[in-house]
Order: sequence, then structure tokens, then C-alpha cells
Amino acid sequence: MVSIYKRMFNAEDIRQDFPILNREVNGKPLIYLDNAATSQTPQQVIDVIVDYYTNYNANIHRGVHSLSQEATDAYEQARIKIQKHFNAKYAYEIIYTSGTTHGINLVANGFSSLLKAGDEIIVSALEHHSNIVPWQMLCEQTGSKLKVIPMNQDGELVISEFDAVLNTNTKLVFVNHVSNALGTINPIASIIEKAHAVGAAVLVDGAQSSPHIKADVQALDVDFYVCSAHKMCGPTGVGVLYGKEEWLNKLPPYQGGGEMIAEVTFEKTTYADLPHKFEAGTPNICGGIAFGAAIDYMNTIGFETISNYEDELLQYATEQLNNIEGLKIYGTSKHKTSVISFNVANIHPYDIGTLLDKMGIAVRTGHHCAQPIMDFYKIPGTVRASFMFYNTKEEIDQFITALKKTVTMLS
Amino acid sequence: MTIKAVQEEIIDEFSMFEDWEERYQYMIDLGKDLPLIDGQYKTEDNIIKGCQSKVWVHANMDDNKVVFTADSDAIITKGIIAILIRVFSNQHPKDIIEANTDFIDQIGLKEHLSPTRANGLVSMIKQLKLYAIAYQTQLN
Repeated sequence: MVSIYKRMFNAEDIRQDFPILNREVNGKPLIYLDNAATSQTPQQVIDVIVDYYTNYNANIHRGVHSLSQEATDAYEQARIKIQKHFNAKYAYEIIYTSGTTHGINLVANGFSSLLKAGDEIIVSALEHHSNIVPWQMLCEQTGSKLKVIPMNQDGELVISEFDAVLNTNTKLVFVNHVSNALGTINPIASIIEKAHAVGAAVLVDGAQSSPHIKADVQALDVDFYVCSAHKMCGPTGVGVLYGKEEWLNKLPPYQGGGEMIAEVTFEKTTYADLPHKFEAGTPNICGGIAFGAAIDYMNTIGFETISNYEDELLQYATEQLNNIEGLKIYGTSKHKTSVISFNVANIHPYDIGTLLDKMGIAVRTGHHCAQPIMDFYKIPGTVRASFMFYNTKEEIDQFITALKKTVTMLS
Repeated sequence: MTIKAVQEEIIDEFSMFEDWEERYQYMIDLGKDLPLIDGQYKTEDNIIKGCQSKVWVHANMDDNKVVFTADSDAIITKGIIAILIRVFSNQHPKDIIEANTDFIDQIGLKEHLSPTRANGLVSMIKQLKLYAIAYQTQLN
């Protein structure tokens, strides 16, 4: 049972929940700073996964036997947890997906029947490839135009440019809440308000924000919101799409199959009600249940506590990194999650990442699936260190020491 | 020297290094020192794009032997390229086709040739073999 009471926050204590943090990599204790790619999984969530396969693994919804009933109940309970977490009005507005990319594609596919030539879609310059390619495909299909909100040197969106491209032809605005490459927190509340003023719908990609900032979809009045469990201490291969009921009713089903139908004859099929209309086939049942457990886990720590502590880590790491000669941080907005993208002099990120790995430190290197951002800064990529509430200042110290060593070796 | 002999020579050299630092420092130095390719061949045509680092490869035939030159934008990748060139360049196409890269495991650099590494090296080795196959066809 998960306690409803908040835990006293102590990172050393929290770390005990994550068995993987005890392992060694290349003979050194693991320092895991690739959290923006995927977060680690606490024992509480691992236990739920083991419990599912040990005690009540069964296919859901159609079974009359007890196991199927137990699995269905747990899966639907998890949906309600996710609904409450994001403050959706109805549980059926939460659609299980395989992750953020699936959620985006589901919406893009749905809009292909709603858009016509001359309509416009706006995306931000800070998008992950998964949030650019589906819209390009959608534009090719429908004859709509893709417009871009540009970014400035600090890695922030230029909102005056958004105002300039937004007009009554705009049907959709797609923006991430937080940039995966730079960590910038985008002003989604004002973007949503402005988009709604011209009658456009807004999809917010919450993949990078959901582990750090609790989104209230009703307060934001957002039309669609997508995220992935694996960035929130949950398993890979599962996520959710939130959609306002009226929008989900407007969109056609994404995939045909079992679960999503009400009645089938060879002449006609009527689709199931929400959320099943979008959930064809056997879903990731265990994943959905474990996602609910991950959300419980994070809420017992509390998102305010999490983001305060991660801010501290961000400030500390930023100061330490800025002391390294030749180091340049990309993404210097005042509003950031705990992500730092950087390069040192002309050293290739791949070289830094390779040597850090030899010292047990996991960072991400490359273009972070955000080539337009790299093109903007005219760099091949960056080294990205991203922190989670189970990281510590001591780990940052060790990371800095190791980074200095790699720079010496490579200079 | 045969490809096998060069590989054994390299294994011998690497066996003297005591830890990863010495091994990597050696590769970094190789990567820094060697001018590996003529600027005119550093073209889009000769590029092998890894997700992380870029690799350029050029080949020509000289006295029935294939001569490879190559480069990369990342130093460690370049160091490994220097080792690969030392093994495969100036060899008969047939020998290149038949050779393997198992020695890379023995010198502790296996991870760099993993297909998931995305540094362009796996594609580079394929490219070396393709050049060798092409030149072998010419010889036949």
C-alpha cells in the first residue's frame, strides 16, 4: 500500500529505493545523469511489475474469470490515478498509449481528416524529432502549412513571433512543455490562451516536464497532453494521451482491432466509447498498472519537493560547470528543468561521453533528436547531463572531477 | 606485413597498457597526430554519418593494393580509424575481404564497434570491405 503521507525528503534515503543505483559501471559506482532520456525505477514500482506477472497476469476487459477481473480492475484503477494526477475531468479522457510518440501520432492521424488545404499548424523550434515529423507528414497529406515559433540564443521561444504567425487559419499548435535538448520551460499557459483566442487546438508534449512539474490539464485548458511513463520512474513502452472529451469524440479511431469496437458486422462497425475507441488490441496491461504505481511513488515525495531539490542541483551543477575553462552551456533560460546541455571548447561530445562512461558516469551525447536546435547553434551536438531527485551534490562533484579529467586527456 | 601480423603487433602494443586511461590516451594521441585524409576527399560523397560522429573514407588502388585514408570529427573515433587503417590499408583486396576485426575485442575497444554505438565505425568497416570487393572485381 502506498502511503498518502508525504515522505521527509532525504536524497540518500530516496536512493535506497533504486536498486540500480548500487551497481558499478566499468568498475566505478554508477553516476546516472541521463534522466531526461529515461528515469530509473524504484523498488516500489518493480514490485508491482513482479506482482502482476506473479499473481494476476490475464487479458483484460472481456474475461469473466477472476484473474481477468483483477487485472482489469488494477488497469482501470491506474487510469483513475493518472486522471487524478493530471486533474482530467473524466477517466475516459486518459488514453493509454505506448508512449509520447504514439500519443502524438494518434492526434496527428486524427487531424488528417479534420484539416484542409490552407489550414496552418504551428510547432516550436524546440521540438524533438517525434514532434516535427508527424506534422510534416500531416501537412503533406492535407495540404496544410507548417509554421515555426523560432527560438533565441538563450534557447527560449520568441513569443512575439508566435503572435505574428498565429491567425484564424491556425488549426493546431504543438509545443513541448520542456525542451528535451535544453531544458527550457515553455510558457504553455499563455500559448494555449492565445491559440484558443483564434480557435486553434493545442497539444502539449509533456514528456520532459511530467517528471518535474505536475500539469493540471483543466487549469491549463489544454486540448491534448501526452507523456511517457519511463521518464516518471515507470516502465518503458507505456504512456498516456489526455484529450478533452469533445476533441476525442471528433477524432476517428487510430488503429482497428479488438477492444475498440462496439459491434462488428461485415457491413458496418460501430466504435466503442472512450477511451476504448483508441485502445485497439491487448494493451501494455502491466505497464499501465506500473505507471499508476510510479505516479503514486512520485506523489509520496511530492512534486514541489522534487522540483525544489532538482532546482538546487541545477544551480549547483551550473555554477560548477561554468568554472571550467572553455565550457559553454546551451540553453540559458531562467526557466529550466534540471537539464544542462554543454560543450567544452572544440571537443566533440562523443569523446567526452566515451571517457565519462569509462569513469562510470552516464550522460547523453549527440543531437538529442533535435537537429534544428543544433543547427541553430551551429554545433554537431552537445553533452547533456540531466538530474533527477535521486542524484546528489556529491555525484555532481564527481562528475565535475571526471569531466575535468576528460578535458585534460583530450586537450 | 600480412593483416594478421599487423593485428598481432597491435595486440602486443595494447597489452603493455595497464588501464583504460593509458589505452584511451594512446588512441587520443593517434587521433590527434595523424593527418588521415586529403582535404579534397572530405566530401559529402565520402561521408558515413553515424548518429554521433561523422567518418570520411577514401580508397584508391596502388600496385594492386588498396590504400585507405579516413577521418572523423571525434578524436577517439579517429584514433580507432587510425588503427583500422594501419590494419587494412596497403593490402590486397582479397586479404581485406577475408580479414576480420576480432582483434578489436582483444585490445579492449569492442564497445566502439557495437552496432548501437552510432559512431559510424561499423558502417566504415563495411565500406572498407565494399571498396575491397569492388577492386577485387576489377582485378578479376
